[in-house]
Amino acid sequence: MYPRPFHYHRAGSLPEAATMLSQLGDDAKLLAGGQSLIPLMKLRFANPSHLVDLNFVPGTSYINEQNGAVRFGALTRHSEIENSSIGVRFPILHDCAAGIADVQIRNRGTIGGSLAEADPSGDWAAVLLTQKTEIWCLSPRRERSVPLTDFITDAYTTVLEHDELVREISVEVPGKGTGGAYLAFKRSAPVYPTASAAVQITMEGDICKDAHLVLGCVGLVPVRATAAADALRDRRIDDKSVAAAMDAVREAVDPQADMRGSAEYKRTLAAALVKRAIEVAVRRARGERVEVSHIYA
Amino acid sequence: MPETIDKVAIQLKVNGKLYSLAVEPRTLLVELLREELNLTGTHVGCDTTYCGACTVLLNGASVKSCTMFAVQADGAEILTVEGLAKDGKLHPIQKAFGDSYGLQCGYCTPGLMLSTFQLVTKNHEPSENEIRKAIAGNTCRCTGYQNIFKAIRLAAQNMKGA
Ligand SMILES: Cc1cc2nc3c(=O)[nH]c(=O)nc-3n(C[C@H](O)[C@H](O)[C@H](O)COP(=O)(O)OP(=O)(O)OC[C@H]3O[C@@H](n4cnc5c(N)ncnc54)[C@H](O)[C@@H]3O)c2cc1C
Ligand code: FES
Ligand code: FES
Repeated sequence: MYPRPFHYHRAGSLPEAATMLSQLGDDAKLLAGGQSLIPLMKLRFANPSHLVDLNFVPGTSYINEQNGAVRFGALTRHSEIENSSIGVRFPILHDCAAGIADVQIRNRGTIGGSLAEADPSGDWAAVLLTQKTEIWCLSPRRERSVPLTDFITDAYTTVLEHDELVREISVEVPGKGTGGAYLAFKRSAPVYPTASAAVQITMEGDICKDAHLVLGCVGLVPVRATAAADALRDRRIDDKSVAAAMDAVREAVDPQADMRGSAEYKRTLAAALVKRAIEVAVRRARGERVEVSHIYA
Repeated sequence: MPETIDKVAIQLKVNGKLYSLAVEPRTLLVELLREELNLTGTHVGCDTTYCGACTVLLNGASVKSCTMFAVQADGAEILTVEGLAKDGKLHPIQKAFGDSYGLQCGYCTPGLMLSTFQLVTKNHEPSENEIRKAIAGNTCRCTGYQNIFKAIRLAAQNMKGA
């Protein structure tokens, strides 16, 4: 399968890429890992006349920690995050990176591309919405940072202007006494999950002091289950509070029936995943080292 | 639709051999390998980034060559299945797949061997789980995978000495 013909432009820097986008007009698109865009172009669902390739821009792939935040260059590949030492201290990032598709797709796909694509089933957005995440954006006119909570506005839609790109993603490192976990249910590796649950919990003794719960693949954008978080906050994490959180998750999600399952099935699945993710997050909050893997059918 | 599309000059190494070519931007890496360079060992199965029959190594990292444009391989080193054997001698991975009956029709095999290559060059004692993860992006419609697992364990052992 061939995409429609297009002109190829290789950016030497991110500002140059933004300038190229503004000069080439609406019909130009950025190419990062290509693991969403190229399949869409081959199926002719996307037909850009110009591609601006970011892969040759030096210094766009990095993970570093500064002032209590981890910073990812936009072109950092999923596999680089999977294999980085950051996953030991910030395990929810490893849960996410290691569970995306398969080795080959993780070797190409980028965190910046995943957030910019805003696929309702994309893993990064669901996970990073449980964290304090800022998206640093660059256009020929300005540089700005947008909290992830404001960045994705609809399915496949972000606040990015046509000639604006993601330069960096900055995630605050959670403090002591807090733990996170991300679990998804998948039919096989190289497909998006059927449903997924990201949880970040802060414990003080037996009491949950703070909670953030986000569900993936069960709405047009990742679903922030605030009522479910309320069901846990200032309470003991026990069967009763977890059951209340699961009920709140069933209420909050808005899944579409498709070949992966009925809406009712996905609702139940999301609640079950949340339960497991809470268990892991609480253990991690207590300092336990827990390895998890997505659940494959 | 754009009227005339400029070809792009690229240089890449495939299996150690340097090529200088001009490619149409929409040419996929797998098409370049198969149609221009006549390296037909890299297969096209699904053409939709699922099956991994088109897996090659790009600067040592496995990628699906049906989901990358050839222009993006400019300056890169590619390893395909044709680059595994040396001086008429099978690579230990190839030998292991043969000895373990890790293939039937062989369609998935080049891709699986390159995924294996990425795994065993870093890890000589992969666990069952590590093997499963390493080949999760490669579909085999014939073998049922059991002999492929055997082949990969054997390949890892064979390469320990190498
Ligand atoms: C078979 C298959 C299975 C997959 N499974 C999963 C999965 O389980 N979970 C998951 O999360 N993802 C999955 N993916 C998607 C994969 O993670 C992609 O890599 C990711 O969604 C997009 O990143 P990319 O770098 O490949 O972006 P590209 O495909 O290059 O780009 C995607 C879009 O974002 C834009 N863009 C890219 N970079 C930037 C930037 N820096 N600034 C602004 N805009 C930008 C592009 O113009 C394009 O519109 C899967 C993909 C395939 C093919
Ligand atoms: S042909 Fe490339 S993944 Fe199937
Ligand atoms: S041997 Fe036939 S597809 Fe794997």
